[in-house]
Amino acid sequence: MSARRNPLIVGAGPAGIRAAQALVRAGLRPTLVDEAPRCGGQIYRQPLVEDGRAARVRYGSEADKAERLHRGFAALDGRIDYRPQALLWNLRDGVADITRDGVNHRIAHDGLILATGATDRVLPLPGWTLPGVFTLGGAQIALKAQGCAIGTRVVFAGSGPLLYLVAWQYLKAGVRVAAVLDAAPLSAKSNLWRGLRLAPAIVLRGLRMATELKLSGTGLHFGVTAMRMEGEARVERVAFRAGGRAHNIACDGIGYGLNLRSETQLADLAGCAFHYDARDRAHLPIREISGRSSVAGVYLAGDGARIAGADAAEAAGERAALALLEDRDLPFDRVRAAALERTLLRIDGVRDVLEAAFPYPTHWAGDIADETLLCRCEEISTGEARQAIKDFALIDINRLKAVSRIGMGRCQGRVCAAAAAELLARETGRDGASIGRLRAQAPIKPIPLALMTSDQPNEEQHDQAH
Amino acid sequence: MTRRIDADVAVIGGGLVGSSAALRLRTMGFSVVLLDKGFCGAQASGVNYGGVRRQGRPPEQLPLSQRSHAIWPHLKALIGIDGEFLRSGHLKLARTGPDMSTLEAYATHFACFGLDLELIGHNQLRERFGITGNVVGGSFCPGDGHANPRLVASGFAAAARCAGVKVLENTPVTGAVRNGDGFTLEAGEVMLKAPVVINSAGAWADAFARDFGEPVPLQRTYPSMVVTEPLDPFLGVNIGMEGGGIYARQVARGNVIVGGERAQPLTDPDYSRPRSDGVLAIMRRASDLFSGLRHAHAIRFWSGTEATMPDNNPVIGPSSTTSGLIHAFGFSGAGFQIAPGVGDVLAELVRDGKTSTPIEAFSIRRFKNVAATPV
Amino acid sequence: MPLLHRLSRINHAAVGFTLDGVACEGRAGDTVLTAILCNVERVRSSEFGGAPRAGFCQMGACQDCWVQCEGGERLRACSTPLTEGMRIVTTRRA
Repeated sequence: MSARRNPLIVGAGPAGIRAAQALVRAGLRPTLVDEAPRCGGQIYRQPLVEDGRAARVRYGSEADKAERLHRGFAALDGRIDYRPQALLWNLRDGVADITRDGVNHRIAHDGLILATGATDRVLPLPGWTLPGVFTLGGAQIALKAQGCAIGTRVVFAGSGPLLYLVAWQYLKAGVRVAAVLDAAPLSAKSNLWRGLRLAPAIVLRGLRMATELKLSGTGLHFGVTAMRMEGEARVERVAFRAGGRAHNIACDGIGYGLNLRSETQLADLAGCAFHYDARDRAHLPIREISGRSSVAGVYLAGDGARIAGADAAEAAGERAALALLEDRDLPFDRVRAAALERTLLRIDGVRDVLEAAFPYPTHWAGDIADETLLCRCEEISTGEARQAIKDFALIDINRLKAVSRIGMGRCQGRVCAAAAAELLARETGRDGASIGRLRAQAPIKPIPLALMTSDQPNEEQHDQAH
Repeated sequence: MTRRIDADVAVIGGGLVGSSAALRLRTMGFSVVLLDKGFCGAQASGVNYGGVRRQGRPPEQLPLSQRSHAIWPHLKALIGIDGEFLRSGHLKLARTGPDMSTLEAYATHFACFGLDLELIGHNQLRERFGITGNVVGGSFCPGDGHANPRLVASGFAAAARCAGVKVLENTPVTGAVRNGDGFTLEAGEVMLKAPVVINSAGAWADAFARDFGEPVPLQRTYPSMVVTEPLDPFLGVNIGMEGGGIYARQVARGNVIVGGERAQPLTDPDYSRPRSDGVLAIMRRASDLFSGLRHAHAIRFWSGTEATMPDNNPVIGPSSTTSGLIHAFGFSGAGFQIAPGVGDVLAELVRDGKTSTPIEAFSIRRFKNVAATPV
Repeated sequence: MPLLHRLSRINHAAVGFTLDGVACEGRAGDTVLTAILCNVERVRSSEFGGAPRAGFCQMGACQDCWVQCEGGERLRACSTPLTEGMRIVTTRRA
């Protein structure tokens, strides 16, 4: 029997960890690449050093899940080829380019599980580049992984369940939460009744969080519009409209986000077919419930393919590993696969409820002033984007990038592309699907020009058993 | 339901050559339809290195290149934007003594073309240009420079549209025949009739040439570019290398663009991606050559499809088989600077049947007995 | 006033670094971003407009927090652990 190369897993969050465990149980030795120094992804991110805080303090109600995953990963020590603090910046024909400490390694692999996770989705707002304005995820990471608050008097703004979770976590950490500004109308929360049957724990927890925030004196505002972040050298105030009138709240830190967006660059480089997903309002790689993508040997798991949360990521990671085993003609637990799929379907139903209760503010994109910066990296204003759309009769987002520079900066559109897409759709009267999707390019993150190449021209990882 | 359009001139291919010809023809008073199978300027015209240079071209290209040279400073008046054109000068480096001799010979032989070439020694390279790597000398052309290919290509197409050219994007021409006293082109739901057709379809032009009985040995090549993050200005000149291997320029915003390797086509040969060993090699070469790049990061790579002829000269001029058909393709990775001039020449050919700029060397007839690229 | 406020690791081992030539302290376990922002209000000025920037996503995605060291090296502050003796500059173009 000829030796096959080892599979490659990208991402050591809940999806990647479960995938690695399943492959190891089946006797394989996957390579696992992750940018962080320790496993956990963002949701279960670990501090760089022990800081004396208990898991329950750091991860709240999810502490048990976090600890199980961290312990489970630790048990894989010596049984996987683990590459932390490594960036996978290019993929082509079964070979991945990975940089670590200024050295590039080429990893040949057979089977690829992408568990690349998500980041916050945002729309540009006046003052959003001010120091002290972080994403909701960023505010959460500062607290969770670095034990720091982003201010002494913090406002949380945007939409999605994360908004309330992070605000509440700050409250519990003893930080003054000045206000929670929800772009969604209060009436949307009535959708949570549907969730009571599907996921009572989540709904009740959310209600408790909102109640505790309210009781602590935090102002909860709904249907927020016309938000402006103000300040000189850093954020000092946030202005907005809600309840039919103008508000202005002093603050020294803002956590801001509008739901999440999937990191799909590697799926794009791997040649996966994409489609427009109406619920996530994004072009996403096509994925079966098994985790199989449109490309043989490439599997997608977790929020990196579609937003579904950490529990779904665990199930999807394991399910994708089982698909990989099946495709290698190795024995796999069919019953377990079916159970995982049932879990994924159930969670999908919960996501529908959450989406209805915490809707994305589709109306916000229409209110962005010309002066507001759209692309942070290249400092292109919304007005410049509108002008380019007109001058060049643009109807495609890649052409918008080509002539306006939006998406050409270091972040390669991670922060601005979703907003640029909404703007382009609005200005041209088209929908999100037809304006196209921003093509990913290598390197998916900046890499040093002076990269050394590793001594081994092609590190072939041979799987001994199969 | 087929829509019939009649025009004086149909231009197949909305890259820089086709767009500039369409614009020029329109200002001469012709009705023009410009077709592109995708978005105008998205192919070679928009993904090339961006060098605007005469230096280094073979002598047969120099009159055309000089004609174009006169147009570049007037882009703002012509198409409304300057396309970030910078008259930075072009510095062609020599790695070895023999390479330097080649540069010296070029400067001597083609002095009559008015390029004002200045030969530079090793020490001056460091003092004047900050070049510290392993090079023995160079040849400097002060009037050359660089521009932003995406802006220029899209800009010409937009200007053509504004001038009244009918621009049909995402409209591939699926059939072209000569009948009666003109041509009939089928493109999507459009049936276009025109007495004159310009074939400026880039890497796809050989199919049309073949349709009219004059196949050509066109090859596709895929350039590979590396772009850095914005950096403090340190490179004020467009750099090339005798013998190839690296070219680099720094734009006003600070990004450095470096090319010199070839990319690879994907399964669909209309798309390509830089090879990672190619970009790694170029990145190392660049950081060795310029101390200003030592700590810089690459933030994106790009590639695209260019059309190359075996003698590295384009095909420009009337068809050898069919009256009313004019070819302009195969610019072999060196089309950006000369394209505006080519557009003017094509317009003259349509209006007058001849052009004041010598283009005989680019005639399609030279491939008459050469084996064409297999289908 | 600093942007970030410590709630833990306050008494962890100090890690010395310089910020624009001025001696500063972080704590063991800090990222460079945390260390800088526990001392000052910005990590860099934006390249094209000069406006102050201090990071955004904390997870290595937005690329807003790139800083330079005195020797010209560049690092992404939120994903780089602070080490003793780093010499960070915030006033030059990132």
